[in-house]
Order: sequence, then C-alpha cells, then structure tokens
Amino acid sequence: MGKPKVATASLAGCFGCHMSLLDIDDKILKLVELVEFNKSPVDDIKKFTERCAVGLIEGGCANEENAHNLQDFRRNCDILISVGDCAIMGGIPAMRNGIPLQECLQKAYLEGPTIYNPTGKAPNGPDIPLLLDKVYPCSEIVKMDYHLPGCPPPAETLWQALVALLTDKPLDLPYELIKYD
Amino acid sequence: MTTTPKDLKKEIADICKACGNDRSRLMDIVRDVQEKFGCVSDEAINLIASEVSVHRVEVESVVSFYAFLSKDQKGNFVIRVCDDIIDRQAGSDSIISAFEKELGINCGETTADGKFTLEKTPCIGMCDQAPAIMINDEIVTNLTADKAGQIISTLKESGDPKKLVAEPGDGNNGNPLVNSMVMNNIHQKGEIVFSEYVSGAALKEALSSSPKEVIRNVKAASLRGRGGAGFPTGMKWDFTRAAEGDKKAIICNADEGEPGTFKDRAILTECPDMVFEGMTIAGYAIGADTGILYLRGEYAYLRKFLEEKLAKRRENGLLGKNISPKKRLGGLLKSKSAFDFDIRIQMGAGAYVCGEETALISSCEGSRGDPKTRPPFPAQKGYLGLPTCVNNVETLACVVKIIEKGAAWFAARGSAGSKGTKVLSISGDCEKPGVYELPFGTTVSEVLEKTGAKDTAAVQMGGPSGTLVAANDFGRKICYDDLATGGSIMVFSRDRNLLEVVDYFMEFFIEESCGYCTPCRVGNVLLKDTLEKIINGKGLTTDISNLESLGKTVKLASRCGLGQTSANPILTSLQNFRTLYENLVKTDETGMNPSFDISKALKDSEKIAERKSVVYTTE
Ligand SMILES: Cc1cc2nc3c(=O)[nH]c(=O)nc-3n(C[C@H](O)[C@H](O)[C@H](O)COP(=O)(O)O)c2cc1C
Ligand code: SF4
Ligand code: SF4
Ligand code: FES
Repeated sequence: MGKPKVATASLAGCFGCHMSLLDIDDKILKLVELVEFNKSPVDDIKKFTERCAVGLIEGGCANEENAHNLQDFRRNCDILISVGDCAIMGGIPAMRNGIPLQECLQKAYLEGPTIYNPTGKAPNGPDIPLLLDKVYPCSEIVKMDYHLPGCPPPAETLWQALVALLTDKPLDLPYELIKYD
Repeated sequence: MTTTPKDLKKEIADICKACGNDRSRLMDIVRDVQEKFGCVSDEAINLIASEVSVHRVEVESVVSFYAFLSKDQKGNFVIRVCDDIIDRQAGSDSIISAFEKELGINCGETTADGKFTLEKTPCIGMCDQAPAIMINDEIVTNLTADKAGQIISTLKESGDPKKLVAEPGDGNNGNPLVNSMVMNNIHQKGEIVFSEYVSGAALKEALSSSPKEVIRNVKAASLRGRGGAGFPTGMKWDFTRAAEGDKKAIICNADEGEPGTFKDRAILTECPDMVFEGMTIAGYAIGADTGILYLRGEYAYLRKFLEEKLAKRRENGLLGKNISPKKRLGGLLKSKSAFDFDIRIQMGAGAYVCGEETALISSCEGSRGDPKTRPPFPAQKGYLGLPTCVNNVETLACVVKIIEKGAAWFAARGSAGSKGTKVLSISGDCEKPGVYELPFGTTVSEVLEKTGAKDTAAVQMGGPSGTLVAANDFGRKICYDDLATGGSIMVFSRDRNLLEVVDYFMEFFIEESCGYCTPCRVGNVLLKDTLEKIINGKGLTTDISNLESLGKTVKLASRCGLGQTSANPILTSLQNFRTLYENLVKTDETGMNPSFDISKALKDSEKIAERKSVVYTTE
C-alpha cells in the first residue's frame, strides 16, 4: 500500500479552486508526503492510471466533456468531493441556465459589442465539446460524497478536509472557515 | 377599451380620492382600478403612486403580488377554473380544455376581442361542489365540460355572469344581495356555531360586565383558535389588551385559503351577525375601536350581503359610536361600558399566504402580503402599528355562544384539551361532502361514516399543511392534541394516486410562497424536484433520506407558518405511506445519477451544431 491517490479536475470552473489548493503554501510539501497525485492538472496526468481514494472536482458540467470526465472520476475514485460553489450548484456559469442555448451562442459569438467574427458562425467541429442544455451541478450527474462550499473554499478548509479524510479523523472546521458573508 | 389618458387620470384620481388618498388603502385602490380597467397598467401605477404619494415600486409590488391583479390587460370576463386537487380529481382538466376549445385560446390567455381570459386558480372554497369556477366575482359550481359552450354564449349575449344563476343555492345564498348558485351543504348543525342565536343578546351581556370579565370568561371556556394553530383565544386577547396604546384593532381572518376549507364561507353566509357580534365583543374586551373583516377575494360574491349586515348593525346601535344594544333590546346598560367600534371589510386578491396573520396585516395595510418578522407580535404591534388581535371567523362565532351560555356550558362540550365543536368542511371521495359541525374528539372513522365515504385510502387532515392520515390511524381523534385541523378534511379513495396528490400540494406551496426566505422559496422546489424524480422512476434510496432531511430543514428554517408546514405533504406521506416511495426507488452502486439524461441534455446542442456527439452515443 503506497500513499493514498488523489485526483483532481477542473470542469466548468475558473481554476480558482485549484489555485486555492495550491495556496496552502508550505503545506504543499506535507501534502505531497501525504498523498500521491494521479489524474490532475497539478501533475498533468491526463488519464487515470490507478484507482484513487479521493477525487476533488472543481466546477459544474457545462459540456459533454465535463459530464464525461465527471463520470470517469466517479468510476475511478472512492470518494468524490464537490469543491467550490460551481461544483456544488453550477456557480457563475449557471447564469446562462435561464437563457436558451441558441441565444447564448448568438450573444457570445456574434452579437456581443466587442466581437469580431467574420465567419458569422459560432465555433463548431468535432474537437469542440458540445454544450449541455444547461450547466449542471455535479451532484445532478453523479453521486457526490462531500461538498466544500466557498468561492473558492479557503486553502485551510481544503487542507483540513483532505487531512481528516485521509487520516480518518473527524473534520474540525472552525466557523471562520465556513462563514461566507 | 377606449380609455383616453385623460379619462384614466381622472378615473384614477376619483378612485384614490374615494379611499381618502390613503396609502394604507392601496389594496382597495388597485382592486378598483383592476375591476374598472381590466388591468393596473404601468401608467395606472404611476398615477396611483402620485395620487397617494408613494414611490411607484410600492404600488407595483402590490400589483405583482396578488393573483387577481395584473399589469396585463385581462378580458371583460375572467374565467378562473379551480385546478386544486379536489377539482382535478373531479375533472377540472376537461373543463379547462372545453373552455380552451370554446374560446380558441390556451389557458392563461385572453381572446383577441378582449372579452375572455381563461386562468387556473387554487382552491376557491367550493370543494363540496366541484368542479367549480369563478367568472369575475360570480361562482359557478358542479360544472361539466359540456356546459362550457352554454356559459360562454350566455356571457356573450347578456354580458352579465349573474345570468348564469338559474336557481340560487340554499339558505342565504338565495338572499337577493348574494343570489348565487353556491350551496351551503350544511349536513350537520351543532350546538355552538350553527345554532339559534339572537342578534345583540350576547353583546348586551358582555357590555354588562367588564372587559376583563369577558376575557376571563373566554379563558374559562378554554376557547382555542379555530384557524389552525389553536392558540388560546383568551390569552391572545389578554396580550392585546395589556399592550401599550389607546387604540387597538381586531381582525377577523376570513381568508380561508387552506385548500379544502370552506367552513368559514358557510358560517359567513348563515351566521354573519354572530361573527360580527363576536368581533364587537372582542373589540370591547381588548379595547379596540377598529375592526376589519379580511375577506378572501374568492368570496367577493358575499361582500354586498355582508356590507348590508354591517349597515343594519350600525342602524341598530350594535356598531359605531357609543354602542348600546339597549335601544332595541330594551335592556339596561350602564353608560360607562358604552364604547366605539366599527368594522370595515378588507377584500383580499388571491394569495394563500395572506391567511397568515402577519401577512394578513400587511395586506390590510395596503402592501404586498409579506409575512412580518416576529417579534414584535401582532398583539404588541400589528395593523398600522396598533396592538392587533387576529382571530378566525369560527373562533369569533364561538365567543358569542360562550357569552350567551356561559363558560362552563361551553367547556362541557368537546374533548379534554379541546372544548366545544369544530366546523369541518369535508370534500373528496364521499357521498355527502359539505359542512359538519361536530364535537371535538370525533374520530376520523366517524367522520367518514357520516359522509358516506367508502374504500378510503387516506384522509388529508388540515389541508396540504396538515397530515396525510392512513387507514390504520382512522381511529384517531379530531382535536388539538391529536389530529388538528382548521376545518379541511379531504378524502381520497383507493383509486387515487397519493403521490400525485403530494406532488400537487408541493406545487401549491411553491406557487403561494411569498419568496422572502430561501428555505421556503428554494427548498420547496428542491423537494418537489426530488419527489418527481422518484415518481418518474429515477429516484434512488438516498433520495428518500434527502427528502426527509431537506423537509426538516425547510420546516425548521422558514420564516413563517407557510414554509414551516409546506414540507408536511412529503414528511407525513413518508411517515404514513412510506412503501409508496420505497416501491419506486432503486438502490444504486454505480454512483451515476439515473435522473441525468445525456440525450436530452445534448439535444439542443446537436441541433444547433448539426452534428452528433462524438463523446456519447445519443438517441
Ligand atoms: C400560510 C398560512 C395560512 C393561513 N390561513 C388562515 C386562514 O385562511 N384562516 C385563518 O383563520 N387562519 C389562517 N392561518 C392562521 C393564522 O395565521 C392565525 O393563526 C389565525 O387566524 C388566528 O386565529 P385563531 O387564533 O382564531 O385561530 C394561516 C396561517 C398560515 C401560516
Ligand atoms: S467556485 Fe469560484 S473559484 Fe471555484 S471554480 Fe467556481 S468561480 Fe472559480
Ligand atoms: S416561509 Fe415562505 S411564505 Fe413564509 S416568509 Fe418565508 S418565503 Fe414567505
Ligand atoms: S374549490 Fe377546488 S379544491 Fe377547493
């Protein structure tokens, strides 16, 4: 038994949650002692090579690749955690949920005031993932075991949660770490 | 309609003036404008705002809040079909389709000639004569789809919904001022509410004792509120009396919005004098000079009749300045107890939450029907800041009998913790739906037997906010300590799909939530979504526990009684009909959420991109 494996993904997120993870400063060294990263933008491993104990998911699902990726994580991780508001409830990207898709594309690629697009079309092609009808919170697509709220959750929250989970100790989150107003 | 801007300006100025350009009368003003012009347009909102000197947003927020008010132009005849659960089960969709076909519009639309608007509405308090609809203020009951054509042609020819009343209903429904086809269907009268009574006698009796004695009497009778919560009435009066201020108010809650409740309608039709007398006695006891009857918009057809009763009482010295029933009744009255008290009727405009007492007060003050944060409680600071007591129609009727017959007589009736009788309104799958006044302590089975209900699978006690009771609990008693109800009892036979009932009730609460607090505004939607997931066979075992914990959160964290009870359809059906849920859910080991449908999620995209997904094989 080596170190527990951790995988991370940024779906429809801004990478802010990953930044927050890196924000644990020198504890990053401890983290590397504690765990081994598998599929993650942190080490740029693109495919799961082993089953992981924990998957950290940033962002909701805006397109087919996000959804597919998330399902892949579910299959390959024992525990999945929604990290940040986008993963938990869609967040800022979900602002498009009230607007029909065609209208969104129209505005974003053709009509916006700063747009220069001589093709007159929204980008399209097999290498561009298709958008889903709306941005889904992760829990609407797969079972999520835990949710860490925040935009992003503070580094310390992420650290405490990971340590508690991997050392099988009760999670102690002081009020300041889960207070958001 | 050809209203020139100048006409509009003048008409609105007149309407506002008739209400004293008083901001607190905004409800009456916008209701009048709506009635006159078929809408409260942006322009009308501006005009009203300047007439009563408020910002336009205050007027607009009232217009947008109430179902019977609208910024968009409505037809001359607004047809509102009750599509609440009892009417649904009695075939309201066929009624809606018949009207849609007849008028050539969809429900929610107005005909091109501006004559007819077709809408749905929750319970209008006619469940014992369902399917029922409203046409403007007129009520049409016991409808069948084949009557739609006739109704439309009568309206087209005569222009008068009254012409639809071929034969008026029983009792005072036949009074010329009511002249409605509504039936009372009072199948059982009791000793307290539907009993003999002489107008003015109890008031005279009350005035011969001190206000404190009156309150002591009401306390000794152990009278508890009939509106649902069952708060001891005497105590509420005491609090209001003790509160600081020389002016106070008493409000009679005739909003009767809880689906399946129609007993206050029967009481107001048959015993209005008793209710007004109860209000007057309450006014005397707590030291109030202001009385308001808050009448739900659906009961507007009773308004003229009730106004006339009030006028009669004023004539007879039972209301107004120096109230002294002695004139008519020849009794001796010490002048020290003569007091001033009058009652006005405040019409509602289609909002369930306005039955909640603080929302009701907001509405009486001419605002959106938003509940208020407590404390301060109404007894301390209510209507326009006055200490205010809100009581249900039936509670006030009971007061009259307590004064007349004595506290001991009253307390000798009913069960241990619940004295007196309860007026019940029973609807659904039974032979004799209608109004029954029964002593507290009557069991559910006894009620079912009386009403001729057979093959009953479940009884919804107390409306959607109450309890869904299963057959093994039919021995339970109707009283505050066991099965409490504000009066609503809906009977569902074995043929009914109970989860559909629960689903509808959630829809009702979502629609009626005022939206102020998140647990209620969002929580109820999440509850309904999860429930529908289960109903559609996409639910997991974990969804049942999700419903339970979310339901408890909504109950715990909501700000007013609506949100504190809105999860009850789910929570009580989970408690009493758990297998209905368990039979539908799956256990899952894959961790994939079965309600996520990738084909559906990609459908729009594939159409726009004119290609199929390369990641998934979609349908
Ligand atoms: C959402 C909601 C709706 C209510 N609707 C009514 C109603 O229609 N009639 C009523 O008397 N009480 C209604 N109530 C209860 C009132 O808030 C209040 O408790 C009652 O009118 C007090 O009168 P009572 O003590 O005589 O029962 C409602 C409460 C809530 C939370
Ligand atoms: S939760 Fe905030 S920080 Fe995290 S991905 Fe979303 S927007 Fe970025
Ligand atoms: S519980 Fe519902 S109805 Fe009551 S205040 Fe909150 S949102 Fe409004
Ligand atoms: S009138 Fe339709 S359910 Fe009450």
